[in-house]
Amino acid sequence: MLPPIFGVLFDGIAYGMLLFVLSVGLSVTLGLMNFVNLAHCAFAMLGGYVTVTLVNIFGWPFLATLPVSFIAAAVTSVVLERVLYRRLYRASDLDQVLLTIGLAFISVSVAAYIFGTIQQPIATPAALRGSIDFFGLGLGKYRLFLIAVALLVTLAMVIGLEYTRFGAQVRASVDNQRMARGLGIDVDWTFASTFALGSGLAGLGGSLAIEIVGLDPNFSFTYLVYVLIVVSVGGLGSIAGSFAAAMLIGISDIAGKYYVPELGAFLIYLVMVVVLMWKPAGLFGKR
Amino acid sequence: MANPTPLTPQGYLLARTRWHPLEIAFWLATLLPFILFPNYLSLASQIAITALFALSLDIILGYAGVVSLGHAAFFGIGAYSAGLFSKYVWGEPFSGLLVAAALAGLLGYGTSFIISRFRHLPLIMITLGLGLLAHEVANSAHWLTGGSDGLQGVRTDPIFGLFRFDLYGKTAYAYSLAVLFIVFLCARRLINSPFGLALRGIRENWNRMPAIGADSRAHIRKAYTIAAVIAGICGALLTQTTNSASLESISFQRSADVLVMLVLGGAGRLYGGLIGAAIFMIARDQFSGIAPQFWYFWIGVLLVAVVMFLPNGILGGLSAIVARWRRK
Repeated sequence: MLPPIFGVLFDGIAYGMLLFVLSVGLSVTLGLMNFVNLAHCAFAMLGGYVTVTLVNIFGWPFLATLPVSFIAAAVTSVVLERVLYRRLYRASDLDQVLLTIGLAFISVSVAAYIFGTIQQPIATPAALRGSIDFFGLGLGKYRLFLIAVALLVTLAMVIGLEYTRFGAQVRASVDNQRMARGLGIDVDWTFASTFALGSGLAGLGGSLAIEIVGLDPNFSFTYLVYVLIVVSVGGLGSIAGSFAAAMLIGISDIAGKYYVPELGAFLIYLVMVVVLMWKPAGLFGKR
Repeated sequence: MANPTPLTPQGYLLARTRWHPLEIAFWLATLLPFILFPNYLSLASQIAITALFALSLDIILGYAGVVSLGHAAFFGIGAYSAGLFSKYVWGEPFSGLLVAAALAGLLGYGTSFIISRFRHLPLIMITLGLGLLAHEVANSAHWLTGGSDGLQGVRTDPIFGLFRFDLYGKTAYAYSLAVLFIVFLCARRLINSPFGLALRGIRENWNRMPAIGADSRAHIRKAYTIAAVIAGICGALLTQTTNSASLESISFQRSADVLVMLVLGGAGRLYGGLIGAAIFMIARDQFSGIAPQFWYFWIGVLLVAVVMFLPNGILGGLSAIVARWRRK
């Protein structure tokens, strides 16, 4: 028999993995263009609603909807990027914050208008329900699935960024944009595609999150806070940083809620403020 | 302001402190609700309080360039401390106002040491985190603040022992307006002082100001503390005029709303926050039939439109039109 602390740890890790999938896209785009995108979780919410619609209305299997939610979020984000975001790349932080907060407000209202303010139910496939007994510890199958997906995403991102031509262009643009342009890298195109990928991952995260945290129109803001915490604690543009920060925040949030429920969300805000005061650029940040 | 004669620094500062006829007209217009809209005095009082809150954000955001997403923390501190003061000590309003201002200022001064070390994204995140922390503290300290039920048992004595806070909000509006005007005069003096000029210099170039003798961090600390004091006064006003304090007063929503008002009116202009708050509050009152989530749809559209087409807010747009018209 394993003591319950391992169960808490397991839930924390699964939650951290979810936060990682939700936030890694924002981390990369923030590091690349220094664009403060507070509408990131609106793309996650879009992915979530795509999954809910396809499963509940069109009767698709849950797993088949995941790629669709990825593509839907990616396409929407790239349209917005071309129409609105690109005009503000050189604008102040404040203008970027205002524009994207505005988009997040709009997403909340549109979601409430179409789907109502209730929590959306979702039916996961039978294979992902229940739990596996592991030395007397019940490990939720869905959480195991979540961890597997997140690890796959991490692996794909590390391989994609470290060993491909596209990845090399992204890294070059993050490190020194002007130099990258000088070498003939199309930084605008690199950014647009990275942005689409990041938002697509957010959409995937939104779909995966429904089972764990539910989905309602306020998702855009509720999880925005978590995502921003992960990104700023981890350091901009760092995948390893986002991963470590997502684990730290996920585990401390679950452990905090389990052992000292009266503190509520206090603990993660405290973790964030302390980490940022200690290292303003985040745990793995360069700048 | 184009001025043909060469200016001495003193002359420049003096020229800026001169009262424009439009300003006098504006302040006279604030008295109109007493005669024209006696049924809307409670709303007018709320507008005056929110306008003052927007002014306090303007000092750090519009002038010093410190973007804060957690300014409601100080509003909430003021609201709760004024409420608790009236509950456990006495209900005299002015002393409550001072206590709230002092507590908010103390907290502002403490956090200003953190704030002044950061800029850009970490700064936005720190202010957001501190604001959320304050909200969590107020929420979990149920024994003190009443948590999500709100603070019960606030009672405010009549002003000078004479003017009771009536149902129509006549006293409330007169009181809020008077405080707004007095604090506005102080803020106006501050902004047009060399200190205010230094703040604008820091906003434009953080690195160069220390080279000409204005330490950026020390200035940001002072400005942040002053803004916190004013925000605390606003919170106290709201508590005293409504006899209640709730978690809403310290929520992220309030921080976001005040940011929207300020940007709508025009940040970095003394009247920007005032005009923005008035428009925002009146519009919200008029559209109160709409469910809040749809009201925020229009706020979102408005934000996108302001950022895209009206970068300096309504006042910025107006002054651009006036400048163009004068040139012809």
